[in-house]
Amino acid sequence: MTLVFPAFVLWMAAWWLNTRIAGSSLASSYAGRVAVPVVFGLTVLAIWELVVRGLDVSQVILPAPTVIAETLADETGTLWIDFRQTALKGAISGYVIGCLAAFSVALAIDRSPYLRRGLLPIGNFVAALPIVGIAPILVNWFGFDWQSKAAVVVVMVFFPILVNTVQGLADTAAMQRDLMRTYSASYWQTLLKLRLPAAMPFVFNGLKIATTLALIGAIVAEYFGSPTRGMGFRISTSVGTLELAMVWSEIAVTALAGTLFYGAVTLVERWVTFWHPSQR
Amino acid sequence: MSQAAVIEARNLDLTFETGDGSIQALRDVTLEIGKGEFVSFIGPSGCGKTTFLRVVAGLETPTGGEVRVNGTSPDEARRDRAYGYVFQEAGLYPWRTIAGNVRLPLEIMGYSRSEMADRVNRVLELVELSGFENKHPWQLSGGMQQRASIARALAFDADILLMDEPFGALDEIVRDHLNEQLLRLWDHTGKTIGFVTHSIPEAVYLSTRVVVMSPRPGRITDIIDNPLPRERPLDIRDTPEFLEIAQRIRKGLRAGHSYGD
Repeated sequence: MTLVFPAFVLWMAAWWLNTRIAGSSLASSYAGRVAVPVVFGLTVLAIWELVVRGLDVSQVILPAPTVIAETLADETGTLWIDFRQTALKGAISGYVIGCLAAFSVALAIDRSPYLRRGLLPIGNFVAALPIVGIAPILVNWFGFDWQSKAAVVVVMVFFPILVNTVQGLADTAAMQRDLMRTYSASYWQTLLKLRLPAAMPFVFNGLKIATTLALIGAIVAEYFGSPTRGMGFRISTSVGTLELAMVWSEIAVTALAGTLFYGAVTLVERWVTFWHPSQR
Repeated sequence: MSQAAVIEARNLDLTFETGDGSIQALRDVTLEIGKGEFVSFIGPSGCGKTTFLRVVAGLETPTGGEVRVNGTSPDEARRDRAYGYVFQEAGLYPWRTIAGNVRLPLEIMGYSRSEMADRVNRVLELVELSGFENKHPWQLSGGMQQRASIARALAFDADILLMDEPFGALDEIVRDHLNEQLLRLWDHTGKTIGFVTHSIPEAVYLSTRVVVMSPRPGRITDIIDNPLPRERPLDIRDTPEFLEIAQRIRKGLRAGHSYGD
């Protein structure tokens, strides 16, 4: 109980510190912008630690951060195997296949009004299907290994990429299209030199949304059958054996992987759409 | 007008079908533009001046009458890349540099690499934008962007230049400067220019002929030959000859207006 009081004091102190940083000349500098969230994050971890120890919270309800960190360090081997299985094999391959497929279908839809009227509503329909309904079916079709997880990811990322790309391809001004006509440019020339570049901000919007969906899809799909490795597998079995520190370690790895994945796509976006008002 | 006509319109009609009825954008427009002429189209909004230019460019299809460009249909002329078109907005692609934007039509038309570089340099020099090759459009002022868009239209050296209020959005000082430049460019290159404008002084200063149009339906109300010499310093705009032509255009515009309202 005694540790709860320092937790409260720490919270007030960190609050005061962050308010000072945000109000000072540091606020707009790079150091200032990094410092505020770092201070905030560390404070949350410290309070978590103090409250869990101070109130003697059961390890099953909430393990302390130091316990989780210990597990992270001890189980690096297992976590790496799980990460490879779920994130690298399942999520990334599904993401790449799903994005390429959605992008190609978007181009086909753009070329053919028939497909636009036929495929877009079906895409809508598929997007509305619950993942927990599709996942068991896909596991049934593609087996327990990562292939079925990639298939779930493909289904999940397909629609946001499709919709964003179709919308992006339509996002050119009449004047810009007229300009291409005065050059009597072909469909492909107009596509490559005008419409695809103009669509990129939209495409990247979809690509960013899809990063988080990919990880969620790959993890959840493992609940419905997987080999004895993988982040979703580990989470569901560790919950069963009450090894909550392991569950939290997997969650930490997921959060880190998701952030890095999102960050990587954002970097590419900045490089490709440097010209867009939101980037320059 | 004795030279071979580059642009010929005969009894041109164009009616747009819209949700609430049809709009007659052009009625019975007959006009010949000879090689090397600078013809301005002036009139209030909705008089069909832009529509006429778009018909000549093959961007709109007339519902009646006939248009010939270089003796062929506008569509064929478009496919032959017979004209460069300058729009109201510069419309440069933000992901391309200035040089990249000027290169765009050349890439589409399949010029060789060295030819492209030559031409980009030449036309950027012509519009006084040398040194800005690697800038992006948003780093340039509106006037510079419009100059780049003119360079883009000049890059493939079409004999006809169609300009739809290219200086409409610019302030008067920049506009005067660009008018002077355009006149010099026309003198050097001998291109045939169709130029849509709202401004009477601009029309008189630039053209060899001024076509006055009026709305509802869009039609030609007067065609005025401009007797001013080809060499035109900016202060020619204060001479009695200049003011006399401006006066006649104003009268034509007013007459056309009272007709409709």
